[in-house]
Amino acid sequence: MKTTQILIAGFGGQGILFAGKFLAYKGLLEGKQISWLPSYGPEMRGGTASCSVIISDTPVGSPIVSKPDVLVAMNLPSLDKYEDSVVPGGVIFVDSTLIERKVNRTDVTVYYVPSTQLASDNNLGNLANMIMMGKLMDVNGDYNEDGIHAALGKVISARHADMQAVNLKALEIGKNN
Amino acid sequence: MADKVLMKGNEAIAEAAIMAGCRHYFGYPITPQTEIAAYMAKRMPKIGGVFLQAESEIAAINMVYGVSSTGKRVMTSSSSPGVSRKSEGISYMAGADLPALIVNVQRGGPGLGGIQPSQSDYFQATRGSGHGDYHLIVLAPSSVQEMADLTIKGFDLGDKYRMPVMLLADGTMGQMMEPVSFDNVETKEYDKSWAVTGTKCERKHNIINSLYLKPEELEKENFARFERYKVIEANEAMYQEYKMDDAEICVVAFGIAARVAQNAIDAAREEGIKVGMIRPITLWPFPKAPMLAATDKVHTFISVEMSMGQMIEDIKLATECRRPVELCNRVGGMIPTPDEVLDSIRAAAQKGGNK
Repeated sequence: MKTTQILIAGFGGQGILFAGKFLAYKGLLEGKQISWLPSYGPEMRGGTASCSVIISDTPVGSPIVSKPDVLVAMNLPSLDKYEDSVVPGGVIFVDSTLIERKVNRTDVTVYYVPSTQLASDNNLGNLANMIMMGKLMDVNGDYNEDGIHAALGKVISARHADMQAVNLKALEIGKNN
Repeated sequence: MADKVLMKGNEAIAEAAIMAGCRHYFGYPITPQTEIAAYMAKRMPKIGGVFLQAESEIAAINMVYGVSSTGKRVMTSSSSPGVSRKSEGISYMAGADLPALIVNVQRGGPGLGGIQPSQSDYFQATRGSGHGDYHLIVLAPSSVQEMADLTIKGFDLGDKYRMPVMLLADGTMGQMMEPVSFDNVETKEYDKSWAVTGTKCERKHNIINSLYLKPEELEKENFARFERYKVIEANEAMYQEYKMDDAEICVVAFGIAARVAQNAIDAAREEGIKVGMIRPITLWPFPKAPMLAATDKVHTFISVEMSMGQMIEDIKLATECRRPVELCNRVGGMIPTPDEVLDSIRAAAQKGGNK
């Protein structure tokens, strides 16, 4: 029985909520219990945005992630704000393009991924979020093509079906970094 | 497994209302429930329904009054300050015995307050909200699936008893996404021979009105309404028990607070504390019977709520003040953490019911 509490945080426009929704749908399609909760309010407009995702083998209690097992920090204010809340033994993913400092904690595993730089090098616009998701799934050992295809099909509307390929590419780049 | 989709609580309410046969939505935007209106704006024109953004909450609730008078299923939604504005119209609907679903996705108050989640409209919802002697049936979902299920149930209950029903949620419930299934949706049809649909010169006029200038008549209406409320109290209270079998401490919580409390209860159980929860699903009628029954084995009740102890009154009434009722709360848009609830459970275990 396993429950993973994930907190994804950055600023508005980085696709924080989209990345969370992708993870949630992937969990749902794999038969897990899931919840997804965005921060909402004025802070979304250019300020910080965050999103709680819980993926569990058992029914989800509180949907609010206050002690994340996994933190994805996409900008410095997010790392500053949430670093201390990560559970001992947890994992932190850092966008090292936008966050120059290192993680202070010594009781967590840290992955530094220059995802914003990788996105721009590969002409992937603002898909740093999905590069990070690729890395996250790879680390968690649940990077599987079928689940990813199915989940992308759910979160990308038919009207934007052409976005599937670039999202896949971003996920792959994340996996291989 | 049935095909489940991920939906926000607000969207689940809107979709469920459509499935329940609601084809008229009137509202005025306010955070954190605007997704309901947005969903209705998109869907209603495609299915022959009406979506109308009124000029104010007051206008919206009076449009609801009008449509309900014709016997059609109708709803409005708002958040705390907006529901205060609707309260006059809600009282009129109660006085005219008109069903409707009114959704309150609560935010912090009083006044304009904030936009973060709250449960501080508990009194407003459970005590009728407007002027005069009346009740609303108040439904308090604690998952996105329940938001859908109770929306449908709300329309049925409103039609069955000819009265407005409130779905009382909060900002977190409205914004969160969870899997939801709309399989096995069943709605009932109720006699609405009271509706104003045109007599075609074949029957007497139906009159929808809340004005009774003769006190004898108004008293009769009030008495009759409260006879109906008695039936509702006897038959419609809903609740869920969690780990109550051997519980010595009983947490009472609804909505998002119940979700947080569940984590705390699981953690307390790991420490060997015998604690459970009674989660009211209807806040009016309040599930009094299971709480009174629990006083036999429970030494302390803890009200976990996002208001200043408003629910304590109902717990004390239900338990006839036989056991102490402690308060564990956050307000103003703050949500208690599982650790805060756990601390209050530990404190209650230590006191063991001693004052």
